[in-house]
Amino acid sequence: MKNKLNSIIIFIFLSFCFVVFYKGLNNSNIYTPKINDEKNIPIFKAKDFNSNINIESEKIFEENTYYIVNIWASWCVPCRKEHPLLMELSKNQSVKLIGLNYRDNLNNAKNFIIELGNPYSQILIDNDGTLGVEFGAYGVPETFLIDKNKKIIKKFIGQINQEIVDEIKSIIK
Amino acid sequence: MKTLKIFLIVFLSIGFSQLKSNEKNDEFKNRILKNIRCLICQGQSVYDSESDFASSIKLIVDKKIIEELSEEQIYEFLREKYGDWIIYDPKLNKNTYILWLLPLLLFLLGGAIIYKKISKKKNEQ
Amino acid sequence: MLANQIGYYSLIIGLFFSFFLFVVSIKDFNNLNKKINQNVFILSFLQLMFVVISFLSLILSFINSDFSNETVFNNSHTTKPLFYKVSGTWGNHEGSLLLWLLVLTLFIFLFLIKSRAQPKKYRILTVLFQQIIITGFFLFVLMTSNPFNYLFPIPQEGLGLNPILQDPALAIHPPILYLGYVGSSIIFSASLAAVTQNYISKEWSQHIKKWVLISWIFLSIGIMLGSIWAYYELGWGGFWFWDPVENVSLMPWLTLTALLHCILVLERRTLLTSWVVILSITTFTLSMCGTFLVRSGILNSVHTFANDPARGIFILVFLFVLIFLSLGIFFIFHKENNKDLNSFFWLSKETSILVNNWFMMYFLSVVLIGTVYPIFLDVLSTEKISVGPPFYHKLIAPFLAPFLLFMAFGPKLKWIKSKIENKNSIIVLFVISIVLTFGIIKNLSVNVLFYTVLITAAFFLFFTTLKELFVKKSNNISQGIAHFGFSLFILSILFNSILSSEIITNIKIGEKYNYNKSEIFFEKIEKKKESNYSSIIGYFKITDKNGKVTQLKPEMRAYNQPIIVTSEADIKTTLLEDKFLVMNLVKGDEYFNIRYQVKPFMLWIWISVLLISLGGSMSLFKKKYEK
Repeated sequence: MKNKLNSIIIFIFLSFCFVVFYKGLNNSNIYTPKINDEKNIPIFKAKDFNSNINIESEKIFEENTYYIVNIWASWCVPCRKEHPLLMELSKNQSVKLIGLNYRDNLNNAKNFIIELGNPYSQILIDNDGTLGVEFGAYGVPETFLIDKNKKIIKKFIGQINQEIVDEIKSIIK
Repeated sequence: MKTLKIFLIVFLSIGFSQLKSNEKNDEFKNRILKNIRCLICQGQSVYDSESDFASSIKLIVDKKIIEELSEEQIYEFLREKYGDWIIYDPKLNKNTYILWLLPLLLFLLGGAIIYKKISKKKNEQ
Repeated sequence: MLANQIGYYSLIIGLFFSFFLFVVSIKDFNNLNKKINQNVFILSFLQLMFVVISFLSLILSFINSDFSNETVFNNSHTTKPLFYKVSGTWGNHEGSLLLWLLVLTLFIFLFLIKSRAQPKKYRILTVLFQQIIITGFFLFVLMTSNPFNYLFPIPQEGLGLNPILQDPALAIHPPILYLGYVGSSIIFSASLAAVTQNYISKEWSQHIKKWVLISWIFLSIGIMLGSIWAYYELGWGGFWFWDPVENVSLMPWLTLTALLHCILVLERRTLLTSWVVILSITTFTLSMCGTFLVRSGILNSVHTFANDPARGIFILVFLFVLIFLSLGIFFIFHKENNKDLNSFFWLSKETSILVNNWFMMYFLSVVLIGTVYPIFLDVLSTEKISVGPPFYHKLIAPFLAPFLLFMAFGPKLKWIKSKIENKNSIIVLFVISIVLTFGIIKNLSVNVLFYTVLITAAFFLFFTTLKELFVKKSNNISQGIAHFGFSLFILSILFNSILSSEIITNIKIGEKYNYNKSEIFFEKIEKKKESNYSSIIGYFKITDKNGKVTQLKPEMRAYNQPIIVTSEADIKTTLLEDKFLVMNLVKGDEYFNIRYQVKPFMLWIWISVLLISLGGSMSLFKKKYEK
């Protein structure tokens, strides 16, 4: 009967919709696009924090090592909280930390470093946030792990915790 | 005196056309900004938002416009950094064929149903 | 404190009344007495009363800033003005669910009173179906969204209500919207009842029409209020963003409009009976679906309530139970009336209404697919895309022109069979429309073809309906006004979008900004302190091309709880245009960033929606239907 066929089709379709919505509920609501395809690091020029000279990105990332790019600011409270973990990571020989000082006042930023210590082998200035956009950042704090092929392999949005530090350590061994 | 007048006229007309082209530029830029999602806001475009992220994006778009990138190139740049979902206009690709075509298919289907209904009755007259 | 207890137990009692109503109604169903047992009325009334008591208790808790109540704590503050304390009651998830219950129970009681001329079994079944919905919501509230949770120790102060929600339009927007949105529940229940009784007929349609109209009028006005609020409070002069929550209120409106037109057919001839039932089911289903999308946290939007997966699962299951139940009933009970099948002639009013439904369903599919497709894509492929205004504009705009033309022709056609009369006057009006449009468009630098076609069609509808109203003095005033209102709506939106202009610039106090023979003068700033915020007011004098001076005073407000800074636009509205000014601080500078917009015909957008609703109201109060 045509009616019966119709109702079966509709029933199957609706059940499918139900399953999709149900699964959709359980998905994380934080839209973080996964880095399935690893991206190359952007090519850019930025001012160095201490010397105030423009440096090219090729020079910054020239060594054959892992890099961590960490976006921070003196006014950012979670940055303060994650700083000790960055200090811990900086002691690791297989990785160099590059800091991106995001939309900050130079004096306040310098005081921040003096007060909490400097885990960074180099710090770059990002006055207007555009350098962050080149990395695909959402804001601050944000941390990127870059491998020896100069590809961004991990992105951590928000304050990093011990779990993330352990994950990074296991990758860079 | 005459050269001064000519100079003034040329200068002013350049200024005026700059004004007009500024308007066009603004329209162009605003159209792009309205099409970009502010990723840290809840459902606002970069045009509508005053957040830090939105300000940074606006500066980037300014820069790209000065570099004479086309609208599509600017979108492509942002998609490459943030993924497809930063742009409100869904591109027509293998992910979105159904999205764009399904309503049109349904429209045609509806038309076919109505046509059948009416001509069937006509034939039964 | 006491209000808390009263409110909570009233809800429990209300739930019990659901069970009583099930029992009494089922018993009365088999009773041969022609009249409904008095007890059904009494129980329904009492259920309504207890929901009212519960609702009032919550309002009282808000007014008294009783922070032992968790909902009040989360959404209120002692310094909030009284008006917003009250409206804060329904500005949150739990309170708005009480509003759902209120409308659900109110409408079934009103239905009982107003349907005395209808068959008894039909009325009882309507009560039963509605009680299924009501029970579901009672359970939802009591199990996942209790507005009367107790907090101990009692906090001294609340977390406050988001300041952008403290606005008069937004205060009345939910009640009015819900009267439409939730009110469609009665159409749902009544249609299911009628299907089981094989009562989908002319008599039934005449009776159900007023419920459809009531729901439709409130929904139209409710959506308009939401748009007005968005225009004043959110963003920069936009009033519709194709945001998922907005779409979710628009979808039932589309099906309700289609349903309204089908009822007009059903009133006269027994046609489209299955389609009427489908539309009735779909309207309320879309309302429920909307509730799910908005409250479960599955979508990302400005409007979403706090997300909670447990709530999401409950509504999802509830929604699909209702869908399967209603479709099951439809398939089992519905009998296609074969008599009138061969009654659709090409040129007839019935066909034009079929065409209306065809287009409405297309628009519905665009909005529905655009809203839920990202969810499907995400689940099936983990790709995340956004669907925003460009999608909706590209798919809807091309279909608007033919739609407007059909709207102009449809009402002229007669029932059953018709021919085109007054060919000359039609051609004349069409030519006038084209010429007028072209005259306007060629002075503007826009996409000529696209806008010419669309505006011509809108003008054609405009002049046609005007002619019907004033020259021919048509009998069907309500339809004429509604269609005229719609043509005005489209024209206002089109001209507003073409003619709007905007200036964005940074300006210092005392500075003047010149452009296009006009001038913006930043006079001074003043500081103000209110009970729950302090503000900086900027005084601007705008001199336009004709020398007319307008004063605009945008504000920047810092609220105390929650600590939020907002920009309040100042808008000067006249019949012709709105002048819109917002200001923002530029970080660490003495400069202020201002956005000044001139938006022609904004007021007409709202007026036209009111006209459309007026047309509907006039139909409601008409005694006899038009021939």
